[in-house]
Amino acid sequence: MPMAQAIERFVSDGSSVVMGAALEPLIPFAAGHEMIRQGRRELELVGPISDSLFDQLIGAGCVRRVTAAWVGNVSEGLGHCYRRASESGVPRAIEVHDHSNFSISLALWAAAWNVPSLPTRTLLGSDILRTNPNLSSSEGLVHVAAVRPDVAVVHVQRADDQGRAHAWGPLGITEEAGLAAERVILTCEQLVDASVTLSDPNRILFPETKVVAVVHEPGGAHPSPVQGFFGRDHAFYRAYAQRSRTKEGFEGWLRELVLEVPDRANYMQRADVQPHAIRHSRPSVPVDFGDE
Amino acid sequence: MSEAPVGSYTPQELMVAAASREILDGDLVFVGMRLPILAYAVARDAHAPSARGLFEVGLMRDRPASAFLGTMGDPPNVWGALWATRMSNAMALMAQGNVDLGFIGGAEVDRFGNLNTSYVGDPARPKVKLPGSGGGADIAILSRRWVTLMSHERRRLVERVSFVTSPGHGDGSSGWRERNGLLGGGPAAIITTLAVLRFPDGGGETYLASVHPGHTVHEVREHTGWDLKVAGDVAETAAPTEAELAAIRRFDPDGFWTRP
Repeated sequence: MPMAQAIERFVSDGSSVVMGAALEPLIPFAAGHEMIRQGRRELELVGPISDSLFDQLIGAGCVRRVTAAWVGNVSEGLGHCYRRASESGVPRAIEVHDHSNFSISLALWAAAWNVPSLPTRTLLGSDILRTNPNLSSSEGLVHVAAVRPDVAVVHVQRADDQGRAHAWGPLGITEEAGLAAERVILTCEQLVDASVTLSDPNRILFPETKVVAVVHEPGGAHPSPVQGFFGRDHAFYRAYAQRSRTKEGFEGWLRELVLEVPDRANYMQRADVQPHAIRHSRPSVPVDFGDE
Repeated sequence: MSEAPVGSYTPQELMVAAASREILDGDLVFVGMRLPILAYAVARDAHAPSARGLFEVGLMRDRPASAFLGTMGDPPNVWGALWATRMSNAMALMAQGNVDLGFIGGAEVDRFGNLNTSYVGDPARPKVKLPGSGGGADIAILSRRWVTLMSHERRRLVERVSFVTSPGHGDGSSGWRERNGLLGGGPAAIITTLAVLRFPDGGGETYLASVHPGHTVHEVREHTGWDLKVAGDVAETAAPTEAELAAIRRFDPDGFWTRP
């Protein structure tokens, strides 16, 4: 399914959307940019750390609430759009539900297991307990209320058209994000035959019953890394940090690399993505699923 | 091992060397981002050959990556890993008390080692919105001991942080962490651009333990936002050795982290 159609059909105004669940790798930038182009409003963004993607959606005015452990630019520091929105309501005020990385994982597992909350010892003694209404403590434990997103958008190395995804490398909180969400949109580097994904069912990320769309979008995670496909484009993150420092700078960046971009192929040229392609292959040894 | 002369290294390079010495051989280290990634690499190279690194993205390693890392999730950090997994598995080890040392970046720290990376001013209308906890609060509460690194400025080393993202020794009273159910031992050191601050056994208030070469006790106290206690035997921080500097420059060849 084309990206525009997947976002049009499955991400409506006011949705709660989890993205960037693998932390620094596999961030679905192409999907986030399509939400901006389609003018989505009143979104709740859910995630662990967001390496610049949440900042961009906030700056574009798409966001009403952020439920996350960290929002900024991992190699550069502060998220300037996040600052403007939080400090002075520009382009609009946002609500923030602070978490730690561990507690946002637990909030999603709670939703995945269909329980109201999960207990933990993390966040004891932290003021995050004071500001997030979905966290409470009693008898030496913190209770993390379930966070149930409407949709998880997940970028993977390969998937088939039935929604079976293979991802490798560290996964962060991807599994609980997909299980917690009502539905999953996959974006992938390679669209493969089912015989490929089914040859290794241990590596299939989600039950296919959760997946509502598979979008073949090579380079759809740029500038974040994709093991085996792309390295992280540090210079791109640096340029974004510099240009987003002012509202006007951000708006120029947004026009050039999101609003005026007709499709991902055009983006790949504008952002000069190809030099970051991985050149040295390191295949794993296949496992044997012999059954009789 | 020969120490490098003052002026032949940057403050960040000295901080990396000082941080690396906090890593003991055999430690499981929750590595974090930025300078600690280099500190793990230097320690593994120099004095802690069997130290393992754990990364919240979901990785365990027994050696540094062979190429520069902008983040812990970069492809060179995945190749050669001992374990590529989900975050909750890495957190499980830390919740069980298996992480010997964690590193946390901070924007503000106070005299009791509490860190603020969330809000300067009223959270409802902050003067500055900082990125947030990330894994910082988890490390502060669950690792056996932790170290933070930051630029030594009065606006960063403050009497009391306005928001405790990652708790240190709380209000500084004896046994605060234990009374509040925090599992780990809390902050062991604050490594700054000017000095190393440490804590008494059992917690409480931080004190000046060593001053970096080329700086003075007076200067450190001037740049600290409270009346900083000074150890009776305050020392000079050991400068990086030539071997440590060579390792730092091998893992950060363009000075992305250490020559800003």
